[in-house]
Amino acid sequence: MAQSQKPVTYIRTPIAVQYDYSVGAGTSIFLRALREGRIVGSRCPDTGKVYVPPRLFSVETASPMSELVELPDRGVVYTYCIVNIKFYEQVLEVPYAYGYVLLDGADLPIMHLIQECPIEAMRPGMRVQAVWKDREEWTESLENIRYFKPTGEPDAPIGRIMEEIRKKSHA
Amino acid sequence: MREVALIAFAQTPNRRRELHRNEAEMLAPIVAEVLDQVGLSRRDVGFTCSGSSDFLAGQPFSFVMALDALGAWPPIHESHVEGEAAWALYEAWVKMLCNEGVEVALVYGFGRQSMSSPRDVLTLMNDPYLEAPLRPDAISQAALQARALLDAGLCTERDFAEIAARNLRHAERNPLAQLSGRPDPAELLAAPTIASPLRRHDCPPITDGACAVLLAAGDRARALCKRPAWIRGLAHRIDVQALGRRDLTRSRSARLAAEAAGAIGGRVDVAELHAPFTPQDWILRRELEIPERTVINPSGGIHQGNPMMGTSLVRFGEVAARIIRGEADRGVAHGTQGPCLQQNIVGVLEGE
Repeated sequence: MAQSQKPVTYIRTPIAVQYDYSVGAGTSIFLRALREGRIVGSRCPDTGKVYVPPRLFSVETASPMSELVELPDRGVVYTYCIVNIKFYEQVLEVPYAYGYVLLDGADLPIMHLIQECPIEAMRPGMRVQAVWKDREEWTESLENIRYFKPTGEPDAPIGRIMEEIRKKSHA
Repeated sequence: MREVALIAFAQTPNRRRELHRNEAEMLAPIVAEVLDQVGLSRRDVGFTCSGSSDFLAGQPFSFVMALDALGAWPPIHESHVEGEAAWALYEAWVKMLCNEGVEVALVYGFGRQSMSSPRDVLTLMNDPYLEAPLRPDAISQAALQARALLDAGLCTERDFAEIAARNLRHAERNPLAQLSGRPDPAELLAAPTIASPLRRHDCPPITDGACAVLLAAGDRARALCKRPAWIRGLAHRIDVQALGRRDLTRSRSARLAAEAAGAIGGRVDVAELHAPFTPQDWILRRELEIPERTVINPSGGIHQGNPMMGTSLVRFGEVAARIIRGEADRGVAHGTQGPCLQQNIVGVLEGE
């Protein structure tokens, strides 16, 4: 094909937009508490459900949620995933696991890495606790928790626990 | 055809920067407010539609996060337009015309422009291969349009200043307005230009805010609201993207939308025109053939505030609120998006 008829299949047009984001009141409460090594949720006045991170309004009923709840840094694995393939900007060695951890007293699980556990031993219902970074490294970030690790306690009946949580939702 | 009306309207105060509340936190109180105005609960809403832009929010699927404001459980019947919320109003209207099951619809729009530079974000609307790499920003593009008007001898910079002065004067009566005042147009003209011939007063403010309206059909609207603002016509049209292919002194799409909506030729007590830049106010009055005695932008127009992606819906809400309160019988609401009035939506609202 003559040079003049070649289709142009590549041009470079770099675009960058800078954002100066503010997370809002609910997430600010969560992040400020993390800076102090605490985990905070909020309780829905209609269903009693404890949301973590806290929200100002109930996701299910839209009622204002003003009651904050201090949560422990331990809980139960609800579900998990083993990552076996490296992808762009991934910093962890494969295979590794992340999962949803239902903190004791919370009704919504949070996502985090689960480590110090052989992949073949991963299971729902496993009790885990947070491994924090050194205190001087704490910022307004969920990364203050490096990962969750097994506590060695007996497993919790996570299926039944989640079923109880679902019953709290208004129909 | 099924009759559909706006029956409630609420908006946040227009602020230069809303640091303390995210999108859902701005929306929740005004969604509660529109429901309160007509004594409904969120369970009465049959369809929800919103307008917003992830480019402004700086986060993907920001409209999904905004659903946190609604108590959207059990899962709701919902849709979204990535753009100005007057187009979400259009979608909700069509939904109600086609679906007898939807008697009440909630429409809202929101934006926090303060988190980025609107000039940087809006330039990304341009042709990504030929124009966007040159970064023509929204103010310069509006300045091209203003210059075309001046060079055609159609209006003067004084006309632009008088439009700003009118908006600012009207905004004095609006407690939610971001800008207001009683400037002398001659003083405004003494200011330096930002992008010649546009001065600060010719440009929209940067605003964080949100707004919401409720729609209801037929007798349900009459039962909920003493004087619903009936949608007599609603239409939108789009011009070509390349500015070079358009006569910038005109807005064909605005005129066609106005004609299709039945906005031209009747009595117009009040008009709310979404003109981000003052010269566009002049163009819109011409294309929509707004009568001499019509009150234009009693809210303060763009100077009231520019909660981008909500701004167009505010125009519909402001006209509807005047009809609902009995201050006007028939009004025209207009919304726009894209450079130099690229897309336009026009609605005719009327009381019974």
